[in-house]
Amino acid sequence: MMGWLPVALLAVPLLGALLLLLAPHTLRPLLRPYGLILSGLTLALSLLMVATFDYGGPARVQFEVDQPWIPGLGLRFHLGVDGISLPLIALTALLTFLCFVYLSKPNPRARALVFTLLVLEVGMIGTFLALDLLLFFVFFEIVLIPMYFLIGIWGGEGRRAASIKFILYTLLGSVVMLLGLLLVWAQTGTLDIEALSAAHGAGMPKSVQILAFVAIGIGLAVKTPMWPLHTWLPDAHTEAPTVGSVLLAGVLLKMGTYGFARIAIPVLPEGAVAVAPWLGAFAVVGIVYGALACLAQRDLKRMIAYSSVGHMGFVLLGFATLTPVGINGALFANVAHGLITGLLFFLAGGIKDRYHTADMPSLGGGLLATLPRLGSLLTFASIASLGLPGLAGFWGEMLALLGAYQPADGLPRGLFLTYMVIGGLGAVLTAAYFLVMLSRVTHGRPQAPTATTPPGGGETPHEVTVTVTATATTTTTTLAPPRPHEPPTDVRRRELLAWTPLIVLILLFGLWPGLLLSLTTPPVQALLGALS
Amino acid sequence: MIQQIDYFLIAPPLALALVAGLVLLLDAFLPARPHTKTVLGAVTLAGMAISLGFLVAQAATQGGRPRSTFCVPPHLDPTRQLCSYVVDRFTLVFAGMVLVAAVVVVLMSMTELAGGGIPVGEWYFLLLCTLVGAVTLPASRDLIMLVVALELVSLPVFALTALKRYDGRSSEAAVKLFVVSVVSTAIMLFGVSLLYGIAGTVFLSRLAAVLSGQAPAPGLALTAATGQDLPAVVTVGVVLVVAGFAFKIAAVPFHAWAADVYQGAPIPVAALLSVISKAAGFAGLILILVAALAGQAATWAPIVGILAALTMTVGNLLAMRQRSAVRLLAWSSVAQSGYILAPLAVAGSMAAAVSASMAYLIIYAAMNLGAFAVVMLVSRIAERNELDDYRGLAFRSPAAGIALAFCLVCLAGLPPGLAGLFAKVFVFREIVEAGWGWLALVMAVNTVIGLYYYVVWTARLFTPAAGTAPRPRPSTWIAIGLATAVAVLFSIAPQLVLDMTSFSG
Repeated sequence: MMGWLPVALLAVPLLGALLLLLAPHTLRPLLRPYGLILSGLTLALSLLMVATFDYGGPARVQFEVDQPWIPGLGLRFHLGVDGISLPLIALTALLTFLCFVYLSKPNPRARALVFTLLVLEVGMIGTFLALDLLLFFVFFEIVLIPMYFLIGIWGGEGRRAASIKFILYTLLGSVVMLLGLLLVWAQTGTLDIEALSAAHGAGMPKSVQILAFVAIGIGLAVKTPMWPLHTWLPDAHTEAPTVGSVLLAGVLLKMGTYGFARIAIPVLPEGAVAVAPWLGAFAVVGIVYGALACLAQRDLKRMIAYSSVGHMGFVLLGFATLTPVGINGALFANVAHGLITGLLFFLAGGIKDRYHTADMPSLGGGLLATLPRLGSLLTFASIASLGLPGLAGFWGEMLALLGAYQPADGLPRGLFLTYMVIGGLGAVLTAAYFLVMLSRVTHGRPQAPTATTPPGGGETPHEVTVTVTATATTTTTTLAPPRPHEPPTDVRRRELLAWTPLIVLILLFGLWPGLLLSLTTPPVQALLGALS
Repeated sequence: MIQQIDYFLIAPPLALALVAGLVLLLDAFLPARPHTKTVLGAVTLAGMAISLGFLVAQAATQGGRPRSTFCVPPHLDPTRQLCSYVVDRFTLVFAGMVLVAAVVVVLMSMTELAGGGIPVGEWYFLLLCTLVGAVTLPASRDLIMLVVALELVSLPVFALTALKRYDGRSSEAAVKLFVVSVVSTAIMLFGVSLLYGIAGTVFLSRLAAVLSGQAPAPGLALTAATGQDLPAVVTVGVVLVVAGFAFKIAAVPFHAWAADVYQGAPIPVAALLSVISKAAGFAGLILILVAALAGQAATWAPIVGILAALTMTVGNLLAMRQRSAVRLLAWSSVAQSGYILAPLAVAGSMAAAVSASMAYLIIYAAMNLGAFAVVMLVSRIAERNELDDYRGLAFRSPAAGIALAFCLVCLAGLPPGLAGLFAKVFVFREIVEAGWGWLALVMAVNTVIGLYYYVVWTARLFTPAAGTAPRPRPSTWIAIGLATAVAVLFSIAPQLVLDMTSFSG
């Protein structure tokens, strides 16, 4: 058996981080290659896992490791992979690696940054590997402190408030989730997710299941985030550095939705049936709210953050249908959102690097004229995000809505039809705000700063820095405009390196959705055993 | 009547008491040279090592069976085995924890004493006296012995607090502690006398039999009309005893003394108060509640539950507003008392509840002492010891900064501080299993409030700022290293704590 593989996936980044702590000075000149090698090694291991995964039985847990850790708590070090977690593990390893590729310029406190990202990777991969309720919780919590420091140290101006809000909000959610997990444990006497899923809620009365589902669901919904528990997200995303935003949107949000597929729905099926209409209601409110909030945003990063609320609404709606179609759609949308929004945040970070602002009116317009490659990539990512058929964003949301058309038995169909209509409306609004954003940022003529200067892009960066001075006085001291009469460089080589894999995967999953769906369908049918 | 005394069983406190006398003699007769301080410190440590050695020997030879001494001779009372001093697993674990914590405190005091101004011999003598009480207390199985041991823990601490002579804050702290402690002792003694009046015995096991209705209550013979129903005076006695202990562990509403006393006292004494004195209070409380008053659980369980909820909430809310590191730790340790109390409120499964409380207490001792040791270090360079003095500590002194960060994250209960996380999980498990949903929710919210101030403090450690790196004595480094190493060990293998505290088997 290949049981060492999941352990190695966790051990490589963890040991790498510890080594950084123990031998700080010898590694100092090698930090960039060091981070690249370790995350590359992790990526290679995850690709090895993808390659050796037995696609004949994706519903079966593979690469299983099961060792006792704390017998007194019944906590076992139980790891494994199936069709639901495999794509997410690969996505995590890929995005972390791309973040290291993207980090090139000498960063303040590079050692701490590499350390933080590696610890973050341990937590993220561990969450997707864990097959023990408490172990899942432990990994779920590991990401909090590194993410807090990532926002709080390398973030923008409002970083202090944003990082505190992030950590308090998510901790409140996860403590409530812990109560739910312990309730499940108190009732069934086991922490083994596999055994609990196979039991399909046997041994737990309906009232307990509902209570546990609500408690666990709140914890997961904060992370996802579900309206109205999303308020930490826009601040955290806006203030986080680019790599922080990418990992936050690309992976951390998935930990919430993954929890629904791994724990909440299979372990507590009766609770799921009872709560699903509410979950669906919050999900569609989130879709519409996210879209409307996006229309009102001026800041590019904030807009993408709110768009995540909408996209996650689709994912939650898919789960709420409790049908194989809906859940498959949700899982697909999950991965697609990780790729697309990861790319979008990379692009927004790239724009912010160049113009030192992500404020759309200040950016002016005409990005396609001044920086044609960056502009076209932004257009591509936005169109993928709004769900153009043929790109990855389409299938998941379509399937989620399809699932709502025919929800599982025991769910009110009329209600879900309404949800479907509202969700469809939200999809239209999503298209609207992305097109509005594109028209403001990429289209139009590059803004001329004053009437006297000749038209053309020459003055744009200068103009922008002036605007920054007005809005953000403290940053300008450190951000001197390098050469005022030159447009910023277009897409750089390392950026292209970091972004190409995402573009390729968005196209691949868009044109060949079966690749991912064939992987998730059998485990979804297994986890819905009692319902379908 | 000659009583048989098993000197092997009472060897740990006896060794400490003898070394305490020796320290006083050495201080009087050794010439006052600089290295005398070190000698006295080394003698104290040696005494504690001997005591710890006896504990280990007891644990090794005992084989799981409780052994007792100071018993009522069999020919006086052949039917029942009533003993005042029992060495069982609970005793050994508690005494061991107290002694290991005391090693850290002594190492910290070496730095404190190096500054001069504090009489060294008296300091170590008083410290050892406190330890005698703290080691005797978990072995006590009658009310009188319990009260005497508890007073032996408290009385020397007043003097220790005041030993920083010519310091107004220190004297104020000592007076406050003295008044609070005396009042609490008076309340407790009143409760104890009521219980004795009803049950006619001071032995905890006999008390338990009477109060659970298995044995007749001699105090009730005068008012025979009530039959086997115990009168309301029992409830009064129980409440008074619980209130007395609540003073000692600084539970709300008897918490107000904590911050002033911690801030006024020398930092090693604050650490002692927050760990050893608190542990002694909990040991006494657990003994009284579980060994003597188990039959009255319906009376005290709700009280303890409400006390726990109030204690954690008030402690956390007060800690949020603090600027001084020691005051923050004072209120945070009040909040942590709430978490330790919470499982005791759940009277469902006594052994499991005690085990959860003990596990939390042991892990708390390690992480809190680690934090205090670093605070001690910083107090050498920053007189006021405010949170802002910790800015950039991780850059100026990486080892100290990372150790403090780890201990604070542990106290907050987040990974990588897994020890703190699992300690909270132990407590949550007991509460959830017993179905005390509201207490679990209160504790969940409190965990989040607590996280706020711990994490804000941790963030300061990593904020760049100019400042001098502390240059401490090696003893402080050993103290920090020891406490942090134990916290790391508990993080990797929390099972160790659970093995120690599983009293059911």
